[in-house]
Amino acid sequence: MADVTNTMQRPSPAHASGPKPRRVFSRNNIVIYGILVVLAVYYLLPFYVMLMTSLKGLPEIRMGSIFAPPMEITFEPWLKAWSTVCTGLNCDGLSRGFLNSIKITVPSVFFSIAVASVNGYALSMWRFKGANVFFTILIIGAFIPYQVMIYPIVILLREIGLYGDLGGLVLVHTIFGMPILTLLFRNYFSSVPEELFKAARVDGARFWTIYFKIMLPMAVPIFVVAVILQTTAIWNDFLFGVIFTRPDNYPMTVQLNNIVNSVTGVKEYNVNMAATLLSGVVPLTIYFLSGKLFVRGIAAGAVKG
Amino acid sequence: MSQSGKPTGLFKNLSAKIAAIPMVLTALVVFVGCSVWTIVYSFTNSRLLPSSKWVGLDQYERLWGTRRWLISIENLAIYGILMLILALVLGFLLAALIDQKIRFEDGFRTIFLYPYALSFIVTGLVWQWLLNPEFGIQNAVRSLGFESFTFDPLYNTNTVLYGVLIAGLWHTSGLVMCLMLAGLRGIDEDVWKATKIDGIPAWKTYLLVVIPMMRPVFITTLVLITSAIIKLYDLVIAQTGGGPGLASEVPAKFVFDMMFVSQNLAQGFAASSMMLVAVIVVIIPWAYLEFGGKKHG
Amino acid sequence: MQPSVSIQNLKLNFGTVSVLRDLNLDIGQGEFLVLLGSSGCGKSTLLNCIAGLLEPTEGSIHINGNNVTWAEPSDRGIGMVFQSYALYPQMTVEGNLTFGLKNAKMPKDEIARRVARAAEVLQIEPLLKRKPAALSGGQRQRVAIGRALVRDVDVFLFDEPLSNLDAKLRADLRVEIKRLHQTLENTMIYVTHDQVEAMTLADRIAIMKGGVVMQLDTPSVIYNKPANKYVADFIGSPSMNFFDTRLEDPQAPKVTIAGKDVSLSEYEFTRPGLSGDVWFGIRPEHIVTGEAAESAPVQFEVTAELVEPMGAETLVWSSLDGTPLRFRVDGQVPVADGDLIRIGFDPARASIFDKVEELRV
Repeated sequence: MADVTNTMQRPSPAHASGPKPRRVFSRNNIVIYGILVVLAVYYLLPFYVMLMTSLKGLPEIRMGSIFAPPMEITFEPWLKAWSTVCTGLNCDGLSRGFLNSIKITVPSVFFSIAVASVNGYALSMWRFKGANVFFTILIIGAFIPYQVMIYPIVILLREIGLYGDLGGLVLVHTIFGMPILTLLFRNYFSSVPEELFKAARVDGARFWTIYFKIMLPMAVPIFVVAVILQTTAIWNDFLFGVIFTRPDNYPMTVQLNNIVNSVTGVKEYNVNMAATLLSGVVPLTIYFLSGKLFVRGIAAGAVKG
Repeated sequence: MSQSGKPTGLFKNLSAKIAAIPMVLTALVVFVGCSVWTIVYSFTNSRLLPSSKWVGLDQYERLWGTRRWLISIENLAIYGILMLILALVLGFLLAALIDQKIRFEDGFRTIFLYPYALSFIVTGLVWQWLLNPEFGIQNAVRSLGFESFTFDPLYNTNTVLYGVLIAGLWHTSGLVMCLMLAGLRGIDEDVWKATKIDGIPAWKTYLLVVIPMMRPVFITTLVLITSAIIKLYDLVIAQTGGGPGLASEVPAKFVFDMMFVSQNLAQGFAASSMMLVAVIVVIIPWAYLEFGGKKHG
Repeated sequence: MQPSVSIQNLKLNFGTVSVLRDLNLDIGQGEFLVLLGSSGCGKSTLLNCIAGLLEPTEGSIHINGNNVTWAEPSDRGIGMVFQSYALYPQMTVEGNLTFGLKNAKMPKDEIARRVARAAEVLQIEPLLKRKPAALSGGQRQRVAIGRALVRDVDVFLFDEPLSNLDAKLRADLRVEIKRLHQTLENTMIYVTHDQVEAMTLADRIAIMKGGVVMQLDTPSVIYNKPANKYVADFIGSPSMNFFDTRLEDPQAPKVTIAGKDVSLSEYEFTRPGLSGDVWFGIRPEHIVTGEAAESAPVQFEVTAELVEPMGAETLVWSSLDGTPLRFRVDGQVPVADGDLIRIGFDPARASIFDKVEELRV
């Protein structure tokens, strides 16, 4: 609309006034949008192909192009991937892995955030001697490759009887989520005015009262960010799932990999792609629903302060 | 009114200390304890089970004489350098384009970042399918009439790494874009106004003014991508399984296989200790740059 | 009478930096004491020590005769009002007022009684169900005061409570705090960097610098007879004019300013009989012009170098024998740059400090 009025009343350059007329199809814009669209294709193509393949029958896949939309849409691959495809001895599909992933993710997200938020709160408001030493170790620890620590952890978990158990995996996720989440919460609580904390102390509130009654209600947005961050990370985890659980407790990622990369039987590409999409449903849903909060989460986790 | 005495030592701030126990245990037992344990046992001849028989540097000598480890290191170096450069270039390009006050900014950003929400397993499997020569891109192009077109990176020992790179880039560049965009948006609007008044072209402003101002963002991004690259595992497992042959083996996979498949624990320990050294080489200069000059409280 | 708050030999070090150095201070029952100083002088630190929010390195703090040096803030019998109000954002005004009382497990009817009284005194009854975000700055500060009020304590601590408000609101609330003090008659310790607040509110002012109290006295003494050059310079706006000169002849004391002998026979000496290098200070508002200058004991002719008209008065920047000199003239008198002006002052109203320790002579 604005462009139309501008062209109509374009002032002659000699006595130009008002806003500078903007052209939508300037050479600059064509270049910018051109590059953006080409790149968008690179990013969208895999998703498109996954979806199309998962909706085709096997014969059609063998004959046609992967880019072609299905001539005949079938949901058979999705059903098979969800409930009947076999991994190892079990033939109850990805639904098993889905349930396992939920059983792993929910308590892991809860405990890792509970522990880290208390850590962050204690570190920013109740600084005690040596606290910063442990915090520094924690942050450095975030950069240590897991491979260095994993075997002794296996031994420790075996000692306390949690190896192979879901509880053990939850513990591992809580431990390895701690650095980034503690940093997230510490930075957040450091930005809370110190006077609020002082006022609460004058009002006779102690450590836990201040945490639950004052800080927790204030920090709801950062808790949402943490939940998004952790749910995505834990749901997508593969390494810990392989190492710390038994086959019937395998999370979805591990089961998915076993289905697709199994060497036995005929390769059912449509089922594979349906399975791949299924295990991406949860993080993608979170991503699309959370939008800016997701971005804030990775930015807060990555760039300090 | 209470007249309590001075609280001393351990009991001062007691609740906070109790609350910090999980953190202290994690820091000391897991991050320090377990790392030290692994390093110590890399000097033993542990095979199926940890053994305390000291063999000095034998495991390291064997490690550096193992073809598979050498290939893994070489692969990681090639993949890592290309990934760093391409992810930074692509991420910055995306961020700079999105920062041009374009329409559908949110839409484009959503498209570029969504792969980051997916797991490496999903990423690997999708690109395995797309790069499948029989049915994937190669086939699609051939069916257009280009009969001799070949694009099968995953089935060729010389190019398999580039196949993994395409997938890795697809997954990670959105994150880089996000960080870069935050950096670009953090630059004072007045800088742009000043360069406009001085008549400096946009590309020159980016190159000579903006990028130097974003140094901290670049360094942070660099450290993040590097530490992710060193951990590279899931993607290879899903996309190539290390093959064909040993062509896409990586150190993290070497460690895992030594520890949990070939029952050669000490080799795994030695290899993972080498990974730790690699990380330290990256982290220490960064930590020095970041925290060395100005002392944080 | 027993002091309300007594601070004895208080020291506080942050690492190697000492923020409070061996501080002694007695504050009487019902007294309004203002801690005044520029930022970093230790005034807020001292207040936080009294509140129990910072732990002193050495020394002791007594409130109503009890040694509370290591007591929890809530057990000290104090209420505190903060600069940023520090209201709990997710609680209503009522929730903010009752939070401390609930923590102390006080019976419900007693809580209700206290809230009702505080709300009445501060006229915030209509706001009780609102959240802090829905309040104006002035209303928030009233609620913050109310939070201290409901605690029904003997000592109120104010940490720059008016600094976040605009000038007009600040003046209104200043009066209100003074009225509150008259009504409640409890001890108030008030930290500020604003000398107008200090002068108008305080029974006594403690001027602090570098963790030390430079002078503790009534506003009038602090203004008229500053104990040292720092206080003289700090109080008053624009600040005092200082002449570098020499005090001579203990029998008939005099100084020389711009070649003119100025007799100090009327000056009230704190330390009579001294001679030597001194700072001779005279406040801009004690320099008179026009007809009044004709009858002043000491007179000079100066050139106006810069003129700042401020409405009610005009501030003139000038110099006398190389020393910068500021003074005020009535806003109705026309003055322009370059004008020659006759000025005069009474040396009895001056302040003289020795140049070694910069203490009042």
